[in-house]
Amino acid sequence: MTPTFLYTIEVILNGLMTGIMYSLVALGFVLIFKASGIFNYAQGVMALFAAMTLVGLQKGQVPFAHLINAVFGTDYHHFGWELNSFIAIILTVVVMLAFAWAVERYVLKHLVNQEPILLFMATIGLAFFMEGFGDLMWNSEIKRLDVGIPSGGSFWWEDVTRTWAAEEHADDYFGMYIDVLDVWAAIIAAILVVSLTLFSQYTKTGRALRAVADDHQAALSVGISLRFIWVAVWAIAGLVALVAGIMWGAKSGVQFSLSLIALKALPVLILGGFTSIPGAIVGGLIIGVGEKLFEFAIGPMIGGATENWFAYVLALAFLVFRPQGLFGDKIIERV
Amino acid sequence: MFYREAGDFKTSYAADNHTFPIAFDRFRYFAVLFVAFLVIPFIINDYWEKSILIPFLVWSIAAIGLNILTGYCGQVSLGTGGFMAVGAYACYKIMTGIPEIPFFFTVLLSGGVTAAVGVMFGLPSLRIKGFYLAVATLAAQFFLVWLFNKWEWAYNYSASGQITATTREALPGVVVTGPTAEPWATYLFCLVFAFGLAWVARNLTRGRMGREWMAIRDMDIAAEIIGVNPLKAKLTAFAVSSFFVGVAGALYFSVWQGAAEPTEAFGINQSFRVLFMIIIGGLGSIFGSFAGAAFIVLLPVLLKNVLVGWLGWPTDLAVHFEFMILGGLIVMFLIVEPHGLAQLWRILKEKLRLWPFPH
Repeated sequence: MTPTFLYTIEVILNGLMTGIMYSLVALGFVLIFKASGIFNYAQGVMALFAAMTLVGLQKGQVPFAHLINAVFGTDYHHFGWELNSFIAIILTVVVMLAFAWAVERYVLKHLVNQEPILLFMATIGLAFFMEGFGDLMWNSEIKRLDVGIPSGGSFWWEDVTRTWAAEEHADDYFGMYIDVLDVWAAIIAAILVVSLTLFSQYTKTGRALRAVADDHQAALSVGISLRFIWVAVWAIAGLVALVAGIMWGAKSGVQFSLSLIALKALPVLILGGFTSIPGAIVGGLIIGVGEKLFEFAIGPMIGGATENWFAYVLALAFLVFRPQGLFGDKIIERV
Repeated sequence: MFYREAGDFKTSYAADNHTFPIAFDRFRYFAVLFVAFLVIPFIINDYWEKSILIPFLVWSIAAIGLNILTGYCGQVSLGTGGFMAVGAYACYKIMTGIPEIPFFFTVLLSGGVTAAVGVMFGLPSLRIKGFYLAVATLAAQFFLVWLFNKWEWAYNYSASGQITATTREALPGVVVTGPTAEPWATYLFCLVFAFGLAWVARNLTRGRMGREWMAIRDMDIAAEIIGVNPLKAKLTAFAVSSFFVGVAGALYFSVWQGAAEPTEAFGINQSFRVLFMIIIGGLGSIFGSFAGAAFIVLLPVLLKNVLVGWLGWPTDLAVHFEFMILGGLIVMFLIVEPHGLAQLWRILKEKLRLWPFPH
């Protein structure tokens, strides 16, 4: 095999890995959209907030330290202990549950039956609030997140692929680079999707969830509590955000740009359809591979860094031909 | 007491269709114009010019532009920052490439260029709606910013990738851009644009075109059935809106900042900033655009003065609080008063009509 061909394979593989990371964020969107018809712009900031909380708890940071110090003139920063990753994750889950409850109680309850676009703008407001709140609570420095997931290039894979190159190129081909972290992310994403599917198929809450997704009013009339379901959905979306936050945080550090990944999930959703969990996965893979291949093949000709916009333009072109996405429900409009 | 229409008889169709039908309102309107045009230019100083008045006027123009698209025509756009960049770069290219054109027309031409780009990105709106369209406009935002980063012709091959405004005169002897510009001159220059464009927008939205936009916003299929051409209505909304946003971008770069580079000055945050202005100010209201712009411009100034100036907190804390307050206010406005400050103003006017009686 020629090196160019092998490079292309490498690009596709890395694209698939990135795509899975996008799918992780997109999953949270789909869950909330299905159950409440809300397009949750704050999903990315939720991931950021979850990752910040996790790091803060692990490192024993004092919450609101900056504010306390400014008001009382003290100088607190750390409690002086380091928490075990597992306990920290459990505590972060509790925080995300509290967050889901608060969102339902203070925001969603008052916006029942409003137009979707209004709810969308409300979640943009929520995203800004959380961004400020997260920074205030855990300060805005870039933090390293480490919960014990291995990372770095895989030497084994490099050695294996090296032998694939044709005889005459054997000296100038050095094998493919694949980050172990990405492989772990793929495994975790698979587990997440399977367990979410099992949850929604075989548990009582899961069935209620699907009922609400089908028809709010019918679900209410058979005695399903809409408010409880919304809290549950936001809590699950919070958990997915935590997983996405851990993976992205371990990959590129916990920092503000993490919340921009949420924006990347939008074209993923458009491609896959807003109401489909498999759609989120397939859409993520297509976007991931598409943008990496485009950058590899055409990027150098037009100045590079095309990853910033390729996904959106692809989604835009796609929308014109199939507005409901690959797996989405057909959009029916009536007067 | 105020806003009484008793004794205010209309004797012609034109008088009946007045923008401000109540005499007191008309008087207030001219009083505001008098202060804006003939009082402020004499008392303005550098601080008020650069951090309050010019930002207010420039953001007002952008907010009116987005309000036409989102508030009147119902098409949510997150690409305002990108379109402002188009206006700014068009202004820069015309400024440096064809300096013979008077600066006033340079700004208008930049608006025209932006309108053309806006129509191009508005084309998908015929097929897609709601937040699908919002995502499509995100494509405009990211693509345009990337383009102005990479396309060397757009910034005249300068090494820093920045564009810098050259010194230009609005009238002979009145410099409005560059380091030698006087505060009163730049202020009046922006004010003329803000006033003129607001006047145009107010009258457009009262006429046939505005009614078509609103019909599309309220229900596009129904509008189509009663004979509104959706292609025409949506594309005109995109064109007019982008024109306004382009003019705002041109003024933002040339008169206010003097220099700009795309990633920071025209990023996604600017798009959100303008969107927040019209949500807080009031969707579908020209007055609301001004109110929202004033609010968003004044909030950081106020917070900085209170938190940093009085309480002595570090600046980054004030920034975090600004985010929280802004986000909280957006949610609060959407819950309590989805029509924003403009609706509060309308309620106040109703109360003033009856004052001092309760009913």
